[in-house]
Amino acid sequence: MSARPEIPPATARTEASGNRLTVILDGAWRITEARPTWPEILGSTRPERVQLRLADGVRWDSSLLLFLFAAQQWCREQGSYCDLDALPAKVRELLAELDRSHESSVPFDRTESFLTSVGVATENVAVQARGIFDFIGECVLSTVRLVRSPRKFRWGDCLNEMQQCGAMALPIVSLISFLVGVTLAYTGAIVLRQFGGDIYIADIIGLSMVREMGAVMTAVVLAGRTGAAFAAHLGNMKANEEIDALETLGIPPVQFLVLPRLLALCVMMPLLTLYANALGILGGGVVAYGLLSIPAAAYWIEMQTIVDASDIASGLIKAGAFGLIVGLAGCLRGLQAERSAAGVGRAATSAVVTALLMLVIADALFAVAFNKLGI
Amino acid sequence: MSLMTQGGDGAGPAIEVAGLECGYDGKVVLKDVSFTVARQEIFFVIGGSGCGKSTLLRHLVGLHTPTRGTVQFLGRSFTDADAAGRREMLKTFGLLYQGGALWTSLTLRQNVALPLEEYTTLSRREIEEIATLKLAQVGLLGFEDYYPAEISGGMKKRAGLARALALDPDIVFFDEPSAGLDPITSRKLDELVKHIRDTFGTTCVVVSHELASIFELADRAIMLDRSEQGIIAEGRPRELLERSRDPRVREFLSRGEK
Repeated sequence: MSARPEIPPATARTEASGNRLTVILDGAWRITEARPTWPEILGSTRPERVQLRLADGVRWDSSLLLFLFAAQQWCREQGSYCDLDALPAKVRELLAELDRSHESSVPFDRTESFLTSVGVATENVAVQARGIFDFIGECVLSTVRLVRSPRKFRWGDCLNEMQQCGAMALPIVSLISFLVGVTLAYTGAIVLRQFGGDIYIADIIGLSMVREMGAVMTAVVLAGRTGAAFAAHLGNMKANEEIDALETLGIPPVQFLVLPRLLALCVMMPLLTLYANALGILGGGVVAYGLLSIPAAAYWIEMQTIVDASDIASGLIKAGAFGLIVGLAGCLRGLQAERSAAGVGRAATSAVVTALLMLVIADALFAVAFNKLGI
Repeated sequence: MSLMTQGGDGAGPAIEVAGLECGYDGKVVLKDVSFTVARQEIFFVIGGSGCGKSTLLRHLVGLHTPTRGTVQFLGRSFTDADAAGRREMLKTFGLLYQGGALWTSLTLRQNVALPLEEYTTLSRREIEEIATLKLAQVGLLGFEDYYPAEISGGMKKRAGLARALALDPDIVFFDEPSAGLDPITSRKLDELVKHIRDTFGTTCVVVSHELASIFELADRAIMLDRSEQGIIAEGRPRELLERSRDPRVREFLSRGEK
């Protein structure tokens, strides 16, 4: 509250006599408003005895306490006598409380030695690795249990997740895939036009999309969109003790929450990848027609000469694996989340980073494996 | 603390509510709610679950805009004030949320210091002194550098109270302060509410259905009812129990009679 108009702002009037200084505090002392400071009032004087008192009608809050505390501290340091007897008992009590809290407050030291930090970090790596293996193992065991009794699988949740991560992702996948096709076509055209091999733009786009870019770009989109959503959702459920409630009912959270999501992603990723391939090829075709004047029929026929079923299959196999990676990363980080708002945020970030890292590693492994197998 | 006066305080009610209508999404929850809260009073808003206690509180403090009626704090209209006026008036009251609502990424000291950093020109050292004092006043000395995740539910509420008191507000609202606490912790929090009123002259508005707290603390109370969509009783809880002719009031309050 601003001070009432009839009450003037905080003031401190001094009366000096010999080595004695009397400070009379008046007006409205409000913590949100300006007030005199002790050094200002003191000026160049160095009294041996300081008396502090309040004028009639003075209004005060913690602001006054801060002023009195500063005066008291100065007197202690200078060895001057600080006379508080004229202050009301309530003010003296609060001042004593402020003094006690000042003396008793010891900062909580959270710093740790370098060796301790290294040790803790190393231990964390081991704990994290074990957590990942435990989680994958639990997923496998839950899958086996569900194969034995498929009626326990939550098909409704799975279909809902399929809609969320599949159908709802179509607009963003469409845009990105189309633009990737356009970018590939422009980049390829720079080289191909120099050699008069314009028509081979169809080969470059077709092969790049179905073998690599379709699956990778879809996985990147879903890592950011769906993986983060899984982590945030499960992390929030953990913070609200919903995961604990499942465990105390004897329902494995992995079976109840993770498997429907994993299956949904494993099914929808290849379908989205097929869709992304088509949109990418379309984007490339538009540039081929507009920039290189290649008719649509020629573009399509040329592409069919290089892209065969094994190329499409290799892309779809990767897509299925990428779906599994994105789902596992999202669910794992969600279940590992700390029980706080910040923990949920960190889990979502960590899910995306983990998924992207694993996607790149998996893509490289697929490239080596397909090369060895001659696919 | 609210502004304490050497030699007597000003008159006039702390809160005046007139013809308030509260609701969400076009649905009316409370209508024609009128009451006044005197300065330095411990005032309870009571009633069964779903009667609109928390709705009333959220409309009083500006988290929702009432569809009709006015709210005045210390003689100034809150509902009619412009944005700058409302921001100024926000300094006059503090709010203790049910779960404490502490910011989890900040330590307790930083939680209490934030309003001081926002609204005052105090130096960092002075802000820390005040934050430490406020935490000491709610019995959390020694826990200043703890994060909310590292303390118990009762301590979170006390820390939330220290934050609500940071700017020495004239009025403090308490939303279900006893919810989720054991009886001993709950009683200690009740004592703290009383101590704050007695020491700092703060007006306390408590939303609660804890009968032990109502009989122990309340100077006056209003009782809300879902079917009536408004106030069905007003007065001292003990007198309401003994004299009210409304069976709903007697039934609600008699469950707590020893």
